[in-house]
Amino acid sequence: MPFIPHTTEDTAAMLGAIGAHTIEDLFDEIPAALRVDGLAAVPVGLSEAAVTRLMRERAARNRATLCFLGAGAYEHHIPAAVWEIATRGEFYSAYTPYQAEASQGTLQLIYEYQSMLAGLTGLEVSNASLYDGATAFAEACLMAVRGARQARARRIAVPRYLNPVWLKVARALVAGQDIELVEMAATAGRTDLDALANLDGQEFAAVCIPYPNFLGGFEPVDELTNWAHARGMLVIAACNPTALALLKPPGEWGEKGADIACGEGQPLGIPLSSGGPYFGFLTCRKALVRQMPGRLVGGTVDVDGRPGFTLTLQAREQHIRRSKATSNICTNQGLMVTAATIYLSLVGSEGLRRVAAQCHANTRDLVAALCSVGGVTAPLGPFFHEAVLTLPRPVAPVLQQLAAAGILGGYDLSADFPELGSAVLVCATELRIAEDVAAYRLALAGVLGVAVAA
Amino acid sequence: MREPLIFDQGRPGRRAPSQAPAVAAATDDLPVGLIRRTPPPLPEVSELQVVRHFTRLSQLNFSIDTHFYPLGSCTMKYNPRAANKMAMLPGFLDRHPLEPEAHAQGFLECLFDLQEMLKAATGMSGVSLTPMAGAQGEFAGVAMIRAYHRARGDSARDQIIVPDAAHGTNPATATMCGCAVVEIPTGPDGDVDLAALRQVVGPRTAGIMLTNPSTLGVFERRIAEIAEVVHGAGGLLYYDGANLNAILGRTLPAAMGFDVVHINLHKTFSTPHGGGGPGAGIVAVNDRLEPFLPIPIVGRRDGAAGHEYRWLAEAERPKSIGRLSGFMGNAGILLRAYVYMRLLGAEGMRRVSGYATLNANYLMKRLADAGFAPAFPRRRASHEFIISLKDVTRDTGVSAMDFAKALLDKGFHAPTTYFPMLVPECLLIEPTESEARQELDAFAQALIDIRDLAFKDAAAVKSAPLTLPVRRLDEVRAARQLDLTWQSRTDSPPVRLPQTPN
Repeated sequence: MPFIPHTTEDTAAMLGAIGAHTIEDLFDEIPAALRVDGLAAVPVGLSEAAVTRLMRERAARNRATLCFLGAGAYEHHIPAAVWEIATRGEFYSAYTPYQAEASQGTLQLIYEYQSMLAGLTGLEVSNASLYDGATAFAEACLMAVRGARQARARRIAVPRYLNPVWLKVARALVAGQDIELVEMAATAGRTDLDALANLDGQEFAAVCIPYPNFLGGFEPVDELTNWAHARGMLVIAACNPTALALLKPPGEWGEKGADIACGEGQPLGIPLSSGGPYFGFLTCRKALVRQMPGRLVGGTVDVDGRPGFTLTLQAREQHIRRSKATSNICTNQGLMVTAATIYLSLVGSEGLRRVAAQCHANTRDLVAALCSVGGVTAPLGPFFHEAVLTLPRPVAPVLQQLAAAGILGGYDLSADFPELGSAVLVCATELRIAEDVAAYRLALAGVLGVAVAA
Repeated sequence: MREPLIFDQGRPGRRAPSQAPAVAAATDDLPVGLIRRTPPPLPEVSELQVVRHFTRLSQLNFSIDTHFYPLGSCTMKYNPRAANKMAMLPGFLDRHPLEPEAHAQGFLECLFDLQEMLKAATGMSGVSLTPMAGAQGEFAGVAMIRAYHRARGDSARDQIIVPDAAHGTNPATATMCGCAVVEIPTGPDGDVDLAALRQVVGPRTAGIMLTNPSTLGVFERRIAEIAEVVHGAGGLLYYDGANLNAILGRTLPAAMGFDVVHINLHKTFSTPHGGGGPGAGIVAVNDRLEPFLPIPIVGRRDGAAGHEYRWLAEAERPKSIGRLSGFMGNAGILLRAYVYMRLLGAEGMRRVSGYATLNANYLMKRLADAGFAPAFPRRRASHEFIISLKDVTRDTGVSAMDFAKALLDKGFHAPTTYFPMLVPECLLIEPTESEARQELDAFAQALIDIRDLAFKDAAAVKSAPLTLPVRRLDEVRAARQLDLTWQSRTDSPPVRLPQTPN
């Protein structure tokens, strides 16, 4: 019997102690009319060897490709030690550290994680994680509405070039509370500061500023921050964590800095893994800590005065506050945070800065290489590690042909952002070496039917 | 044993050089005003220091792999290693979520099969795998209930009924969905107070959220009547699948009259708890709610080369409540659950509920025979049960919390304490099917020994734990003198980067 240790003798003795004849007897409180005999539609159990064969066969059917696709998930180097350690049973098979004395490992790790993320974003407080970047953004919006100075402001201003899926997720998650996400006008791939005047007269709880934005470029972060603060709004930064090693942290934007930062933690040691599990991070100014959703770990001392860690400010959470909690979140993404904390410790600030710089340099090289193919242009300004290219032909068939040649050529922007024309979002992380870039260039030239020198 | 913070182990300039590019690439084309001037405060340590530090931290934890972990409501059963290994095969792990479907047929087939098995396990007709934890599954469920009523033009239904013993996530979810929470009491036998339910249902009832077996560790016997009352009033029934482990292959949420279910795959289907996630809170629904399922969903069609699997999203599912994750939920966790379910098969799933229930009833009987007080002594335990220590507390001053801490010293993780809140000084004990009788006997003996000590030397119990890395922590201080980051402890000014980065 898989994962059940009972011998026939054990079972008999246990039933005897209970005073039951069979295991079936133990279900006698379930009304007979509701009972079923089993789960006919579920296949018979397999041995580990048979399941291994099955899963290897299926994994092998997932074709390997050369990845120039980002759009919210990025292929970075993950040190071998990260998952060797994160999957140790003591991390992997523990749960939420409710019994602090028996969970100091997880608690200290989360405290270290909180310190790292607060430091990266330049803010004072971090929670212990949310599900992913999209839900972290949604929670940031909810938090901003709770923390807003204007008590009735239930609108968040969002830029046009925010991750379109994040916008959908946030709308799905805040809809029940009648919170509205209002799009700001854009020009040349970023928020149009001149058009902000159109929003005057409406009350907003906050503005969201992606960093970099979905097109890989830079919003006018200082101007937007100052504009929002002058109107009593909070500022939510939605950041790529790798970029923060290189770029001014949200806490230093404008005159007062952003109030909340959130983002997708996947670039920090989490495999692409077909879409998850990843983790969302959320940090804020100390003044907003009581509006924070999710777990928080704090340092304290034990009865002997020795330092230790415990979950804290739990009165914000659902298991205490129930219908008045800051969020319904309970389980978050603990194991991913474990991996990210190990990752950040291994690369350190200089290592992360070099990763970020290499991503930027490789993307710069990629853009230059692809723009050497006739008809391909890069219409927008500076970028971090993703950039918009316009193609002389509709994007979808080009990407299909590239995929057939084993190259993931990027994200087709034409459906979400038709104003950009035949536009594709390309990405080169630190893993894309010069040969990879050359292979993409040759393949693209082939698909577009343009002659280039090899 | 204590382990210094990783930040305090560093030395300026120390690194793990093989983990990052050997040289720093030029970035002088970036806007000057956006360049970071102060490096983030990350540790400066060697690779060995990192490995040693986090290995040592892991050793400060209790876990299923190291300790009996009878944490009620959390189903801390054995997490088979095969599930982890298979989910981390490069073909799954290295795949970008936006890769073309043609490149991902093996992955999509696993998810499609998983959807089908979850339909079988619940009796429902539609499944979405995207919710990333139980609480998100609850959100999806209540949002679907609201969308269903709205689609019928019945928009006055804004109340969600929740029993007083429910998980805190239930009322918190209702609030997130913009609903008012109506709480109903539990009767003395542990079942929902039907008379109270009849009084609160009406034209504002959107639905009811129930866990069955309930968080009190007993099966709600009048579930069919509850369904009749709620459906009769025009509301729908939400099944909180936290306790599905107790009934797997014995009854089906659909048979009980539920319209929507979430399942915590990290409980019933043994994906790792990971120190607090990631979970997965898939939702299953009947025909009424099927159009509203969150997207994406895996579909299958017959193509020239056999089955073809594809994502069904906005275009195919226009009534959906929308997307709940950046891609498709916790994919790697879904794969782990899939592997576990294939290892178990139909018979194995039924054995799960059988032996989980056997273990709980056996342990409850052992403790009752030893003089402990089950909360519902005349009821069959489900996969978990409650004992109340209120008499011991009254006689000795030793509380449920003291018992929990004393158990840690004896090498057992504590059961859930002080939940559900309506049973005073309670321990909610869930042994799970993967524990052997001998382990249960040892745990029962530990509780007996602690109680004996409580009567002889209460102060000794109250001083526990003594053998762990720390003793009882000052939680009041943690909340009043917030110390949430390493930076908050140090007064030293941040280091400034050189003006010309190398």
